[in-house]
Amino acid sequence: MLAWTIYLSFAGTLVLALLPKGRPALARWLALAVAVAGLGLAVQGFVAGMGQGRITIVDLPWVPSMGVHFLLAADGISRVLVLLTGLAAVAGVLFSWNIELRTNEFFAFFLALIGGVYGVFLSFDLFLLFVFYEVAIVPKYFLIAIWGSTRREYAAMKLALYSFVGSAMVLIGLLAAYATAGSHSTGLVELAHAGLPVSFQMWCFPLVFTGFAILAGMWPFHTWAPTGHVAAPTAASMLLAGVVMKLGAYGCLRVGIALFPYGLDPWGFSFAGLGSWRDVFAVLAVVGIVYGALVALVQTDFKFVIGYSSVSHMGFVLLGLMTLNQIGVTGAVLQMFSHGIIAGLLFAIVGRIVYDRTHTRQFAELETMHLSKRLPFAAWAFVIAGMASMGLPGFSGFVAELQVLVGAWKVNPWWVAAAAVGIVVGVAYTWRALQKAFFSDALPAAHILEQEQAHKFAAITWPEVTGVVLLGGVSLAVGLYPRILLETIEPAVKALLAGGGQ
Amino acid sequence: MNGIPILTLLTVLPLVGAAIALLSGRHARVVALTTTLSSLALALVVWTRLPANGSIGLVELHQWAPTLGIEYHLGVDGLGALMLVLSAIVTLMSVDAAHRVHHQPGLYFGLVLLLEAGLFGSFTALNFFHWFLFWELCLIPAFFLIKLWGGARRGPAATQFFVYTMAGSVALLVAFLAVFVATGSMDFPHLTLLASTGELEQMITAHLGPVTLWLAIGVLAGFAVKVPMIPFHTWLPAAYAEAPSPVTMLLTGAMSKMGVYGLLRIAIPLFGAQIAQIRTPLLVLAVATVVMGAWAAAVQKDLKRVFAYMSVNHLGYCLVGIFALAVPVAVGDKGALASQSAALNGVILQMFNHGVTAAALFWFVAIMQFRTGGHRGIDDFGGLRKPAPVLAGLMGIALFSSLGLPGLNGFPGEFLIFRGTFPLAWVAATVSVLGLLVTAAVILTVIQKVFSGPVPERCVGFPDLHHGERMALAPVIGLMLLVGILPQLIVASVNPTVQNLLAHWRF
Repeated sequence: MLAWTIYLSFAGTLVLALLPKGRPALARWLALAVAVAGLGLAVQGFVAGMGQGRITIVDLPWVPSMGVHFLLAADGISRVLVLLTGLAAVAGVLFSWNIELRTNEFFAFFLALIGGVYGVFLSFDLFLLFVFYEVAIVPKYFLIAIWGSTRREYAAMKLALYSFVGSAMVLIGLLAAYATAGSHSTGLVELAHAGLPVSFQMWCFPLVFTGFAILAGMWPFHTWAPTGHVAAPTAASMLLAGVVMKLGAYGCLRVGIALFPYGLDPWGFSFAGLGSWRDVFAVLAVVGIVYGALVALVQTDFKFVIGYSSVSHMGFVLLGLMTLNQIGVTGAVLQMFSHGIIAGLLFAIVGRIVYDRTHTRQFAELETMHLSKRLPFAAWAFVIAGMASMGLPGFSGFVAELQVLVGAWKVNPWWVAAAAVGIVVGVAYTWRALQKAFFSDALPAAHILEQEQAHKFAAITWPEVTGVVLLGGVSLAVGLYPRILLETIEPAVKALLAGGGQ
Repeated sequence: MNGIPILTLLTVLPLVGAAIALLSGRHARVVALTTTLSSLALALVVWTRLPANGSIGLVELHQWAPTLGIEYHLGVDGLGALMLVLSAIVTLMSVDAAHRVHHQPGLYFGLVLLLEAGLFGSFTALNFFHWFLFWELCLIPAFFLIKLWGGARRGPAATQFFVYTMAGSVALLVAFLAVFVATGSMDFPHLTLLASTGELEQMITAHLGPVTLWLAIGVLAGFAVKVPMIPFHTWLPAAYAEAPSPVTMLLTGAMSKMGVYGLLRIAIPLFGAQIAQIRTPLLVLAVATVVMGAWAAAVQKDLKRVFAYMSVNHLGYCLVGIFALAVPVAVGDKGALASQSAALNGVILQMFNHGVTAAALFWFVAIMQFRTGGHRGIDDFGGLRKPAPVLAGLMGIALFSSLGLPGLNGFPGEFLIFRGTFPLAWVAATVSVLGLLVTAAVILTVIQKVFSGPVPERCVGFPDLHHGERMALAPVIGLMLLVGILPQLIVASVNPTVQNLLAHWRF
């Protein structure tokens, strides 16, 4: 059934592209219907898969001479990320309800991106995975270039170029692996069992891992992320930070770590205190955590704060992967889910609920607007999203980061110490943004009435409320009862760490 | 009745109340009163159902996230139950006192009830995750109550309060992360058991090296901010002064107890041996808290700041008592054991009495502010005895209770702390007496300046307490007298818990 998430999304794209122009309402409802159906399938697949290992969904020969299969399957990690994609898709449509410019095309690209993301998470054939991975790049370029804001052409181009460079690195690595293995199959499981030579893995692993990690926003290759997130229209920012960055992290885990486990072994010598690729990437992850948080602390543009916070939070994912232990990697997968939800919510509040009414994202201007009084819904939604983002207990981020830190502590306590600094700064930048944007006392309250009369903000609409409740509720539910996801993630991570591609 | 998860109910009740209050706008105060009254009733039910032997009762234990050592583990002993009763009383007082919230009353009372839920949750949790959730949950409503309803300089005060407490929380979190990595458990009773045999330190050393002392310091830092202990107290005067008085009642009456409770439930049981190692510097800080808190109160002109620093001073006695009893006692040394148990009984009594008395004092300040259009300087008032004899009389009782006059509730706690501390740490006890003298001077000055002397113009025609206020304050003043005369009412239930705690602590 899960395969239908992909088919439905692409069918939706097709229908929307062929739809007569000038019917924006129809396009919206159609997109919402497709997204909700996708979420329904994802939930059904998630529930049906509980307690099971990897389930093969479709397996058809595709290019027999090369051993390429159209192989869709799902293990616990896939099912959780598919669920995330479904949620992000529904929320994305809800927060794009006010798009009036070329509505059909917008939702067509949107669903194509969603379809590609579903495809990546469900592919168990390397070639197929790569195809979906590339498919996802195109719509996000157009979403930013056509519907974006601040320096959109620059941002769209930068994002596409970074993505293509990353893909090229991945492609070289994969072709080399295929050639070296000589197994005449591109199936992930077969390649993992092909017994690639250690020396080969040593150089191929960093290539592939870096290629994927670019899309996950790994420092110092993160610079596409903040500019891209800021320039993108709200729904695209939500998807970029929410799921597209997860594609990178997912690739790091599913392909990088699973195919080249020996690439993480010690080199046998140490350079500047680093003794393996694992150390290198863990240090880069920690630098990303701290650097992203520090840069977020000094931004003057509200959306850039969220953009850099994504770099910081994705650092936790990469750090969790590099622990290579059960709890750390489980935490990384949970953090992927959690950050997808929370970043989506934050971008929705900043980009849709606030910006579409105030038409500014500069703190200096927001400070004079008394938004806590004039947009109380936005203010309290941001309080909740901010609490989730800073990792307060009770929200999904806390459990995820806690697991990553526990896992990291078992490997190297210094990573934890540095990441803890990142958490403290994370509290600071979230709180600073909250105060500046919503609860500032920069102007005396007497001005509120004047402002109200001069310019009344549009009322909060039902899609906005629904979207906030959906995302906030999921983060809270997972935070209070993490077992919902952990029981699905844990066995899959265990299998992956134990046996390459299972 | 054993099947009813009464502690869960207790925590859920104010949460539901908060949701209803949020939606009921102008009628929110009625909802809040109903909720806090029922909470108090339920807390008293808990108090009557404690196990007689002082162990932890009313236990609720469920799986939550087993791979992370997270369980839904609730339970209370005499200490926890007393704190529940105190929280319920103080919240009820606070709602009672806040009868003039014009600005967004739904949100105000919703946040107050959320804070109450946070207090109940943190006083019943027996698992770090669960406890930490409620510990942090308290922070959010407290921040917004200061930020949105506070005085002129509320912004910086709220931020300072938030940042200090958050920094303390991160220290706590990192320390507990280490404990979890070493032991795989976050369960307080289990960890207490490990610590009492010395296994905890061995496990930590085996996994992480000799860092146990540092972990102890991290945990202490988290609680020291909340209590607060000098030099972590600088957030307090601004926060207490800028918060609306009913919120200050909550901050000092209930939230400051979370810090002391944390020391008794978490820091001492897990890191008793490490705390004993650094007992001297800790005692120095505790005594400094007592003495400097009193001195600072003596030079303040703003009544709220006077009472804020007196809170620092009074909780300093708790710290002195706790650190004084942190010494290894030879088996069979009945004298030392008796001193320890006196000190601990005193600390717990002092927590309760300070909560009631300090909340009452801030309530009186709120009443005086309301009658004079916001004045609260010591020199703004005078001769109130004449126009408002009932106010003067009742507030006088509260002030004397704060002073520690025998016959009122402030006395037995402080007496027991000194009784226990002298044999265990006579220098600390002696120097702390200085604080007692200064406090007495401060309180007598307040009484003299506010109630005696010429009546300034703004106090002419100062209305006395009206009927409703008298009815609301009478039970509180009655409680002060009752506990002062019959401390046994509390000690009888607390003492078994004290014995039980001491039996499990290892210094």
